[in-house]
Amino acid sequence: MIDRRRFLATSAGSLAGALLAACNSDPKAAHPLLALAERKNETVERGIFRHTSMDRVASDAKLSGTAFPQYYVADSLPIWDPAARGVWRLEVTGAVRKPLSLTLADLEKLPRRSQVVDHFCVEGWNARAKWTGVRLSDLAQAAQLTPDAGYVDFRSFDDDYHESWDIESAMHPQTLVAYAMDGHYLGAGHGAPARVHSPVKLGYKNTKYLTSIVFMPKENGGYWSDQGYEWYGGT
Amino acid sequence: MARNHWVIRLTHWVDVVAVGIMAASGMQIFNAHPRFARPGESFPLNPWEGHAIPSSLTLGRWLAGARHWHFAAMWLLVANGVVYVTFLALHGEWRTVTPKRGDLGAAWEMVKFYLFLRRDHPIQGKHNALQKSAYFAMPVLGVLLVLSGLAIWKPVTLGFITVLFVNYKWARFVHFSCMVALLLLALVHVFMVFSVDPFALRAITTGGYNPARSPEARNARPFYHLFRRGVAPHGAGEDPTGVSAADARLTVDPRNNSEVLR
Repeated sequence: MIDRRRFLATSAGSLAGALLAACNSDPKAAHPLLALAERKNETVERGIFRHTSMDRVASDAKLSGTAFPQYYVADSLPIWDPAARGVWRLEVTGAVRKPLSLTLADLEKLPRRSQVVDHFCVEGWNARAKWTGVRLSDLAQAAQLTPDAGYVDFRSFDDDYHESWDIESAMHPQTLVAYAMDGHYLGAGHGAPARVHSPVKLGYKNTKYLTSIVFMPKENGGYWSDQGYEWYGGT
Repeated sequence: MARNHWVIRLTHWVDVVAVGIMAASGMQIFNAHPRFARPGESFPLNPWEGHAIPSSLTLGRWLAGARHWHFAAMWLLVANGVVYVTFLALHGEWRTVTPKRGDLGAAWEMVKFYLFLRRDHPIQGKHNALQKSAYFAMPVLGVLLVLSGLAIWKPVTLGFITVLFVNYKWARFVHFSCMVALLLLALVHVFMVFSVDPFALRAITTGGYNPARSPEARNARPFYHLFRRGVAPHGAGEDPTGVSAADARLTVDPRNNSEVLR
């Protein structure tokens, strides 16, 4: 029989051992449970998501300006070269009745929206800018989605960067295909000529250097989602 | 009768696991951007802006891994906290951890005792005034942690919670500060358990407790038990302060749930 002292010592020892074992580690045994939690969390997150929940930034808020971080995954700054690749066009395809192929000038002719919103990075910082572009819901309306368009994939020319979204987040009124930032056309560091920008998704879901928008019946993962970040990535 | 109800004992140890996972994974998440300033701004309130937390204290290996741990364990933390607080409320046990009028003076008496400005251990019921303030602060910090956590998890969908903390940046700072405060309280708590009342470890695990070995009966200051090894069972031994087990029995608080002396 274990005496009390021994029991206490053993409990304290095993607890300390368990905590130490957890240090700077990622016990694999827990991963199925973590994956289950991610799936359940997605259900909860999609359940509480509302098109009426807006990111509200005070009108006098200071914009990040040149401090707004620039970021891409390719080895060098991705720049669309019309001489090599022809005129840049945004293709809207997939589960649509009327596929679109839009030049920047075509995009600018569509209803224009400007908004000062947050950009929430998964790392923990947020930055503010004034984004100008077309609501994704307007593009979807123009392309006439079919009923099985439950998801949408945003693809880029920044290597193979892409991220797919649930359709509800894509149709949020603050989700834009933006071509201007703080009153200027996008710079090469911010995803020129056009990018997705929305405060309802973490930064990594907001594909830059956009080339095509593909509506689909199933989600298609994404550059960071495939490496272990949550696929949903909603705010 | 057990010193601590089984619900208290269970939720205590589940909380150790949940808070441990939340704090360790939270620090890994923090390390992805170990500052509170937005890009291009400064944050003078944090003198350690840009300094990461040692990786030996973290869980999850990298940002994505830590987020999975954090967003899984948060349910355990919340469910456990709800059970604990509900039990306290329904079972009347909240009285043992809620400071009341006069506890400021009682806390000062405890401080005086620990500083050798007072000879005998004040008799203040199941928990003394210092303990009560600490045990009361912990769930309050827990509620603040959960609220500020929701504020930075869903700053748009749950934006009405985010504005309670002014904005995303401040919610993040509150979240981090409350975590530090909670860990400091837990650290002091563990120190006091091992240095003053190691018998509490049994009381919070199996529920068994001998009032004759309570800090009051032993007149225990930190590490007292290491120097006074010969405390006889039921505290029958001599005590320089003259507080014997019999005296302790007379002053046992009827609400303290301790076992009756034989």
